[in-house]
Amino acid sequence: MAIIIDNDTTVLVQGITGYQGRFHTEQMLKYGTRVVAGTSPGKGGQEVAGVPVYDTVREAAQRHRPVASILFVPAQLGKEAALEALEAGIKLLVIISEHIPLHDSLEIMSFARARGAMVLGPNTFGVISSGRSKIGIMPNQFFQPGPVGVVSRSGTLGYEIVGAMRAAGLGTSTVVGMGGDRVVGLNFMDILREFEQDPETEAIVLIGEIGGTAEEEAAAFIKEKVSKPVVAYIAGASAPPGKRMGHAGAIIERGRGTYAAKVAALRAAGVKVAELPQEVPSLLKKVLR
Amino acid sequence: MRLYEYMGKDLFRTYGIPVPQGVVATSPAAAELAGMKPPVVLKAQILSGKRGKGGGILFAATPQEIKVAAERLFTAPINGYSVNRVLIEERLDIARELYLAITVNRSLQAPVILASAQGGMDIEEVPAEAILTRPLEVAIGLPSYVAREVASFLALPSDLRPEFAALLQNLYRLFREKDAELVEINPLVITAAGQLVAADAKVIIDDDALFRHPELVRVEEVSEAEAKARQYDLAYVELDGNIGVLANGAGITMATLDTLQYYGGRARNFLDIGGGASVEKVAAALEIIFASRPKALFINIFGGITRCDDVATALVEVKKRHGLPVPVVIRMVGTNEEEGVRILRANGLEAYTRMEEAAQKVVEIAESAA
Repeated sequence: MAIIIDNDTTVLVQGITGYQGRFHTEQMLKYGTRVVAGTSPGKGGQEVAGVPVYDTVREAAQRHRPVASILFVPAQLGKEAALEALEAGIKLLVIISEHIPLHDSLEIMSFARARGAMVLGPNTFGVISSGRSKIGIMPNQFFQPGPVGVVSRSGTLGYEIVGAMRAAGLGTSTVVGMGGDRVVGLNFMDILREFEQDPETEAIVLIGEIGGTAEEEAAAFIKEKVSKPVVAYIAGASAPPGKRMGHAGAIIERGRGTYAAKVAALRAAGVKVAELPQEVPSLLKKVLR
Repeated sequence: MRLYEYMGKDLFRTYGIPVPQGVVATSPAAAELAGMKPPVVLKAQILSGKRGKGGGILFAATPQEIKVAAERLFTAPINGYSVNRVLIEERLDIARELYLAITVNRSLQAPVILASAQGGMDIEEVPAEAILTRPLEVAIGLPSYVAREVASFLALPSDLRPEFAALLQNLYRLFREKDAELVEINPLVITAAGQLVAADAKVIIDDDALFRHPELVRVEEVSEAEAKARQYDLAYVELDGNIGVLANGAGITMATLDTLQYYGGRARNFLDIGGGASVEKVAAALEIIFASRPKALFINIFGGITRCDDVATALVEVKKRHGLPVPVVIRMVGTNEEEGVRILRANGLEAYTRMEEAAQKVVEIAESAA
């Protein structure tokens, strides 16, 4: 089964004719993703890697019925692109773009809730159900099928840990990027709930970072609702308060969202917390038996 | 981008939110000539919290006192910030102090009103049950019934409620139209004469939305290196250790810092080159780090969109141009790894594949150089 996406998920690429859109469309096709159409205003009628390009999402949606859309559009146009997709009936939006204004994200999330659609990101690497399909920008070679579900706020750190797992012989069911922005769509709880129900996922890896309270909320949820073993790594143990560490989310403010608070909450929920990214595979092996 | 108080108050004024009468002075002489009638309050315009405790807010009851107070504020730095502007305002006759703010709640993915009858103090010190948290739906905005809810919570006298509703709705309009992360009034004063006045203004604008606000004056309080980093779209933060760090991706850069600390080292900086960085960008990043005089440099690349050969090429180019001022430890895996390693080897540089091994090595080097 895997979660969120599967072999038959049909995908639209918004911004398909740009450098990133073009490259990642090819990469997604290589991985087996059913990319059915793309959009790029003024480029309708062209093709990218054999995928037809349209001027509007509505047109593409009418002809190809994509369920999901991935956005490779400049941040300033992100809101319009997202609203266009949601209005055309897209049910899963993967927003790769970073630096989307905060208030634009608020409007996207509000409209997505009204439409009953899922949003990943902004500033996410996407989602990949190993060996089946991916909607995202992650390097293909690291994602081999296996029993571990992974959810990560950050991209490269997610690859690092999935890479270390693969080197230790541990594959993944689905790997989900939540996105590094302050306001993102799906949160840890939404994804943990899916993994808990997924028969192919036997253990879960949660990769968080300082700032906000998402990890604390996840810990409370795990305690109540998750029976599968969870291993976590939290980035930012050494970060000084008040400095924003790259991700808009990664800042300790008003004493909230500290490393210590997150680790304590997770441990109290029975989660094994790795001190280094490379410890994740050995902790997983202990809980997987 | 955090605005100075006087800038926040200018915005408030534009949006019909009452603020005290005041003028901004850029020197003690200007303060004297500002024509403000005592009693007044003089407030140093710096971006630091706890300004009052740091001696940045002074009262004056006579023209002579205005002069003395202004001289004091302009002479010595306050909480480490030098003072270039002082806001001189009429002194309010305070009956009550409230707290009022609008910000974004990440978990709810929505704006939220924060209000408390216990204003004037650090909101951190106010017990949670004394703070109202009222989420808002952006599709709805801030209708008057929400303002009534907040007014009830604050137990405002009924004759003040229409005025309060207008103020809160104007504050929300500012929050939305100016792309604010936070608008905070602490304290919101009820004067002895029964009027609402915003005695302070804290406004933070979303950096990602500045492109659509050419009307806002840019507030820059960053070091030269941080300004250069911004120019190349690098995420750079100066820290106080001695190991320079260059990595790709915010999460992994943080994890790199943590790993160094785990092995007893301390980073000189956080520098994330982001995804798909070009040779020029990496070269600029290296120059910024070297200028901060670390004892060693740790490059940690997990190639995805970023290509190992691009990073290697940039490093080799910088080496050829200026030489490498300190020992460099490189960990490099992922996209175009073999090509990257080949370029490094051809130029006398080695790369590790395991992050913790490389981290231990660089900590060792930095220690022996210290």
